[in-house]
Amino acid sequence: MSVNDTEFVRILASIMAQSAPLLLAVTGETITERAGVINLSLDGSMMFSAMGGFVVAYVVGGRLTDAGITGHFLPVMAGLAVAALLGALVALLIAWGSIRLKRDQVAIGFVLTMLLTSMANFLGQGFTRLPGPRVKHMPIPILSDIPVLGPMLFRHDLLIYFSFLVVIAAWWWMYRTQPGLQMRGVGERPEAAFVRGITVNRVRYLYTAIGGALVGLGGAAYSLDIKIGWSDNHILGIGWIALAIVIFGGWRPFRAAFGAILYGITRALAQVLQTSFPAVPVVLFNSLQWLLMLGVLLLVGSDAIHRLILLAPKWAQRPLGNLLRVAPPAGLGTAFIEE
Amino acid sequence: MRERVLRTVWPAVPIILAVATTALLVMVYQADPVQTFSALWEGAFGSPQSTFLTLAFWVPLLLASIGLLMTFTAGLWNIGVEGQMIMGAIAASWVALKWTEAMPNAPHWIFLPCSIILSMVAGALWAALAAVLKTRGGVHEIFGGVALNNLAIITTNYFISGPWQPPEGGTFRGTEPFPEYALFPLYGNTRFAPLSLVLAIIALIAVALALRGTIWGLRLKALGKNMRASFMLGISSEREAITSMMLCGALAGLAGAVRVLSWFDSLRQSISGGIGFLAILIVLLASLRPLLVVVISLIFSGLLTGGSVVELRTQLHSSLSGIIQGTLVLFMLLFGDYRQLFRKRKTPAEEVAEEQPVPVEAVES
Repeated sequence: MSVNDTEFVRILASIMAQSAPLLLAVTGETITERAGVINLSLDGSMMFSAMGGFVVAYVVGGRLTDAGITGHFLPVMAGLAVAALLGALVALLIAWGSIRLKRDQVAIGFVLTMLLTSMANFLGQGFTRLPGPRVKHMPIPILSDIPVLGPMLFRHDLLIYFSFLVVIAAWWWMYRTQPGLQMRGVGERPEAAFVRGITVNRVRYLYTAIGGALVGLGGAAYSLDIKIGWSDNHILGIGWIALAIVIFGGWRPFRAAFGAILYGITRALAQVLQTSFPAVPVVLFNSLQWLLMLGVLLLVGSDAIHRLILLAPKWAQRPLGNLLRVAPPAGLGTAFIEE
Repeated sequence: MRERVLRTVWPAVPIILAVATTALLVMVYQADPVQTFSALWEGAFGSPQSTFLTLAFWVPLLLASIGLLMTFTAGLWNIGVEGQMIMGAIAASWVALKWTEAMPNAPHWIFLPCSIILSMVAGALWAALAAVLKTRGGVHEIFGGVALNNLAIITTNYFISGPWQPPEGGTFRGTEPFPEYALFPLYGNTRFAPLSLVLAIIALIAVALALRGTIWGLRLKALGKNMRASFMLGISSEREAITSMMLCGALAGLAGAVRVLSWFDSLRQSISGGIGFLAILIVLLASLRPLLVVVISLIFSGLLTGGSVVELRTQLHSSLSGIIQGTLVLFMLLFGDYRQLFRKRKTPAEEVAEEQPVPVEAVES
């Protein structure tokens, strides 16, 4: 028996798969916030996209089967496209309300969270608990046989591979390209970017839409891949987790991705521990993710990290600070008036 | 003149938009909008029973909204109001379930005041936790609130599936019904408790007066308008933040007590019924005006009680009420101020004089 067939590696692989929707959503929100816009509606818009993606895939799948075309690929692609579109539209609405109408982004985002949750439940009625199309499992030959890493990274499906790539692409775009630099400038110091000839608000619209589309894909990654199907309040609460992970990630793609996987690990750990220690009240395991959320936010919010860095030797303080420091983009959530 | 007409007529626009959106949705599902809205009205205020049901739902909603008036004035997003309600409900249930059992010989009237006080203390402490996490730990109150809400829900589940489980066991639904003397005195055969409404009105008057006429209220406003400036003026932002959160939490806790001691008669799994989140929408819609909070919260609770009748009659999902409420608040936020929509382009100087959100040095160059 190879190491890849052990229970441990199987759990590792499942953690990576379970993290995929969060990776998409967290990366999307990181992009949006780096450009200076807060999309607080994640909990609602992920639900809405999850519902929209599933319903579209289900309906398209039914129509195609009637026409004699079978297979899940086309319906799933249609569902994912619609989910991304819905996510982008919601995000654009927030950007428009903030940039054009000068409204409070947090207020609009919160209202949308509530509204889209209701909308998802309303429009999803009649599609609950149905077997629907799903993303096809597609292990990559050769690579998937690498010990441990193979099952973790290469024994999934296209959507999950895509979520891994998105994280890398977002990092590369932000830190290694000229437009990425502009984007960070717009979120950090819009006035300075404006003086440099960047149309601040157009850039913000653009990245808000891209980030929103990824958030939408994250929602659909649940309903079409990880938690297949639709039911009332199908993924309630996950959007808030994603928003917290963005903060924990210090608005950086790789750290945010690390946070998303860490979340997956604690969920898996809770499940494993729960079965091995039935005597411990279930409450404790259920509370774990929320206590963890408070814990990490406390860690990055207070000056604990700063004090920790000061304990290190002098030469190490600067690189450590760069690695661990967490600061929101300075222009986050503020409207910019171009004139 | 034209300006004045516009100003009086304009608030109708978001309302019309919200109703139109909802009607459109209903029509997509091949239901009759007129029939749907009339079912909504009948379910809310059509008969004495439904009216009292709406009133019974209204009181805790009003209490939570009044509390949020204080935190919103201070610029705080107390999303944790839901959890504060739940903790209040748990505290009230403790008195109604366990104290009554432990003190069978005590005079019966003593339990309700104890429930009320304890629920307020519990709500205030849960809110204080969110406030201190913010002021000392740098955890934004939105995220602290969300986490504490979920922890409160888990705590409820712990009690009703653990130490407070009914003796016959098995059910995960709730505790045993409390003795009647531990509940709020109910009006006739309804779930409406007049005493709870009296408490809410007292709270409303006290909060409205405190916000308008005291230095504390003035400080909250300063804090809400500009945290940095009030810090420079020597207003301790921490103290105001914590007191406003705790007072809000106390009222939310009382709302929780009203839920378990009049709407229900036991501690249940979903004790808050989303009231906390709804209250946030209400205060946003009322833009911090106490009297509007009263009116809107009454309408919103009517929409919710009516929603279940709509589901019964037209088979439409009861989340339709949530859609009406959500679109209403969304459109009001986006389009509520007509001046913002139709204004002429201003010179930068005017803009700056009006808004001042960003430092202007860089823009001017």
